[in-house]
Order: sequence, then C-alpha cells, then structure tokens
Amino acid sequence: MPHDAADDWRPSCDVAALRERGRTLADIRAFFAERGVLEVQTPVLGAHTVVDPAIDSMATRDGRFLQTSPEYHMKRLLAAGAPSIYRIAPAFRAGEAGRLHNPEFTMLEWYRLGFDAPALMREVAALVDLLLGEAPYVHLTCAALLRARFDIDLDDTAALLEIGAGFGLAQPTLDEAFDLVLADALGAEKARRVFVTAFPADQAALARLGPDGRAARFELIVDGVEIANGYHELTDAAELAERFDADALRRQARGKDAVAPDMRLLAAQRHGLPDCAGVAMGLDRLLMLKLGARDIADVIAFDWSRA
Amino acid sequence: MATYSTNEFRPGLKVILEGDPCSILDNEFVKPGKGQAFTRVKLRNLITGRVWERTYRSGEALEAADVLETEMEFLYDDGEFWHFMKTDGSFEQVAAGAAAVGEAKHWLLAQEKCSVTLWNSDPISVTPPNFVELAVTRTDPGLRGDTAQGGVKPAELATGATVRVPLFIEIGDVLRVDTRTGEYVSRVKN
Repeated sequence: MPHDAADDWRPSCDVAALRERGRTLADIRAFFAERGVLEVQTPVLGAHTVVDPAIDSMATRDGRFLQTSPEYHMKRLLAAGAPSIYRIAPAFRAGEAGRLHNPEFTMLEWYRLGFDAPALMREVAALVDLLLGEAPYVHLTCAALLRARFDIDLDDTAALLEIGAGFGLAQPTLDEAFDLVLADALGAEKARRVFVTAFPADQAALARLGPDGRAARFELIVDGVEIANGYHELTDAAELAERFDADALRRQARGKDAVAPDMRLLAAQRHGLPDCAGVAMGLDRLLMLKLGARDIADVIAFDWSRA
Repeated sequence: MATYSTNEFRPGLKVILEGDPCSILDNEFVKPGKGQAFTRVKLRNLITGRVWERTYRSGEALEAADVLETEMEFLYDDGEFWHFMKTDGSFEQVAAGAAAVGEAKHWLLAQEKCSVTLWNSDPISVTPPNFVELAVTRTDPGLRGDTAQGGVKPAELATGATVRVPLFIEIGDVLRVDTRTGEYVSRVKN
C-alpha cells in the first residue's frame, strides 16, 4: 500500500478488519474447544529452521531463527505424547511480500491424531464453512487440475517445460516450470472452493506417500487463493532424514544458504510420531476472503511497510 | 549501472528489457504451495507501446532506464522533426522524429504544452493533453434545423486532423476533442 511517510504511524487496516480478526480468532478457538483439540504455544524463535528449498528464514544476530511455521515444535509435542493440538502463531518468511503475502503472517496449524488426509479435509471444510459461510467443495487431483487447465499430463516433463516457458521466465528448470504451471492453475480456480490432492512425490514436503506413489498432501484453494496446506504426516524417521538431505541438495542447486537439519525433529520422529494428519492455514488470507479485501495489508493491523 | 531487484518492482518503474526502455504496469509476487517465488510482471515497451509479460525469479534484477517524462511546449515541425522546448525556464530544445511523435502529430498546435518522454535525454514518445481545443479549417456547410437527428460529417482541424462532428459545426468553430479517442466532445465557441 503506498502511503505518506508522515502518515505511516497509522494502521494499514481499518477498525472493521480488527473486529473481524478478533471475532475470527474467537470462532476458531470455540471450534476447536468443541472438538476437544488443545491449544498450545510453541517458540517463535528456534535454534533450527526448515530445510525447505523454497522457504527463506529470518535469522537473529544470536543465530536463532524466526519460525517459518510451528510445525517442528508441534510434531515434537506429538512425539512426546501430546493429544490433538492447534496453534495460532506468527510465522516469518524472508522476501515474501506482495498482494497475498506479508513476510510476517498469522498461521493456524493443527494436528489430528488418527486422522488421514480425507478426514482432515472434512474438518478443514467445516472450519472454512464456519468462517466464510457454507459452500460446496470440489476435489481435484493435481493431475486433473493441470489436465483441465493446460490439457497436459502431470508427468509429461516436456509439456511442463514448454508451458512453463510460456510464462516468460528465462530458461526455466523443470521445478520452476512446474511451480509456474501450478501457480497459474491454482490462481485460475476463481469463485469456488477446491481441494487439490495427490501431489507428485517430489512435492510431498513432509507428507507420506500413498500406494499410488503420490504424496498424501492437499491444498485448499478458495476463490483462486491458497488457504491451507495439509499432510497425512510422514512418520518414518529414516525417510524424513532422506528428504532433509534431498532438500539440502535442492537448496544448494538453487544457490541458497545451507541450513542444518533440525536434529531434534529427527530424534522426535525416531522416538515415534503417532499416525496423524496436520494442516496449516493462512488466517490473514481467510480474513481477506471474508472481508473481500484486495490486499493482505488491509487485514493486518500494521503491514510490513508500517510495522 | 543502477538496477532494480524484483522486490523493488512497482508500477511506473522504468527498466531496460531486451535493449528497450519499458515501464512496469503491474507486478505480482507469486509462490505456489511449497513452490518457488516468482514475480510476474507486465511491462509496456516505451518505444513500440507493446505490452510484454515476463516472469522473474525472486532476487533477479533489471537495469534501470533513465526515462523522464517532462512537460514541453511544441514549437514547430520542419517536415522531418518536431521541435519542442522545455518549460522549466532553460529554453532547452529537443527534436523528435516521426516514430517518437506518432499519432500525437494530429493534436500538436504551436505554443501548446504536451508531455514528452525522454530516454537518455532523447525523445521517445509524445503525449498530447487528453483534451485539446482546435479550430475547424474545413467542413461542408451544415444544414440548419438538422441538429436533432445526430447526423455527422467530417471536419478538418487546424492541425490537419479530421474528426467526425455534428452537422451544425461550421468553419471557424473551436472544438474540444479527446485526443485519446480522436473524438469530438463539444463546440467551445463559434
């Protein structure tokens, strides 16, 4: 939001947005209280951060990291015997600023013991219905989404590269082409609620792989905006270690800072993460949809340019 | 050499793309799911007027273009060049070729102000005011009493441009014309 320097003490959102945020937080807490999910608090500053090749963390001068999500700490709680839990937390991602991104944002993350991805999607839909009003949900596999938008096969690398190049990026890699194609297809899902499922294995992040070789990962898109990303969680510690290594190599290939893997998460998973599904939801974007806001700054008290 | 990184992109920013100066019309940060971050940009090529769409990886940079939009007074054209003078008191003059003047030539009247875009101090485009007032130099005689039916006829203006006007317009009338559409707006005086 452009604004005058003399005026930048003012909030970026109006009082109506503040009220809506307050009400939404209360509604979320009531929703989970009714379902017996426990609210927890976890550190916002940690000794470790994610190895995720597409996420850049913010480091403090004493070598700690602002958390990019509460995921690792929450999984350590689950491994130590916590019940189903949720966390409403600030999350930080360097360089992510735009109409739908603020480098500091509010994440709602929750984990359900014994749930698989379909069960968690039903709960996500129930919460979104509560906050935005009821509407039908369309379920599309990642392959079906790309077929509908571009008439290509998800595994057809030549077609992905060709369409990726059409977005005007100089010499896209296959990873980049996939990301551009997916971003375009997700953004094109205007005016409906879509769960995208069955992601390619290399897009699994920390989701387990299904018998079809696809990741048990889902995303919820509401009116073209990504609202939530969930997994039937990977519990196999050896595979987690392999994915950390693979991510470290991807980071290296992309010229990103090396990140030491979080050995405490690995130790927790070796101890044993219970069978569970977890999801992270962007609260600011939900508020944008609720209020019909065009810019994320319109729903945050003080956006990045004023904080 | 000055450059702008993707996080500095904003509408109005002037950059060099494929050797031509461009103006950013729109930029959007995109980052799908667990994917990488890109900035998708729409740019107008200031030489050709064409709109380009490009995608950049976060952190990529474009060279800054030394582009200045400045108010100038049109002096005269010598058949090959159109001559303009700065209005900042410097009396500095620039000469713009037909490619830079483009369609603006239909609306340039001596001593009138317009906007000239300079790239490395050379004029690359000329934009007349949105509305200009020009006298009619030639048109067929109007038919009195035929004003109600909205008939039109061509009229040639002092700059040589031709616009379609209502039948009651006569030679010597001064017309207000929208230069963006080339359409007659109203009669100012007769």
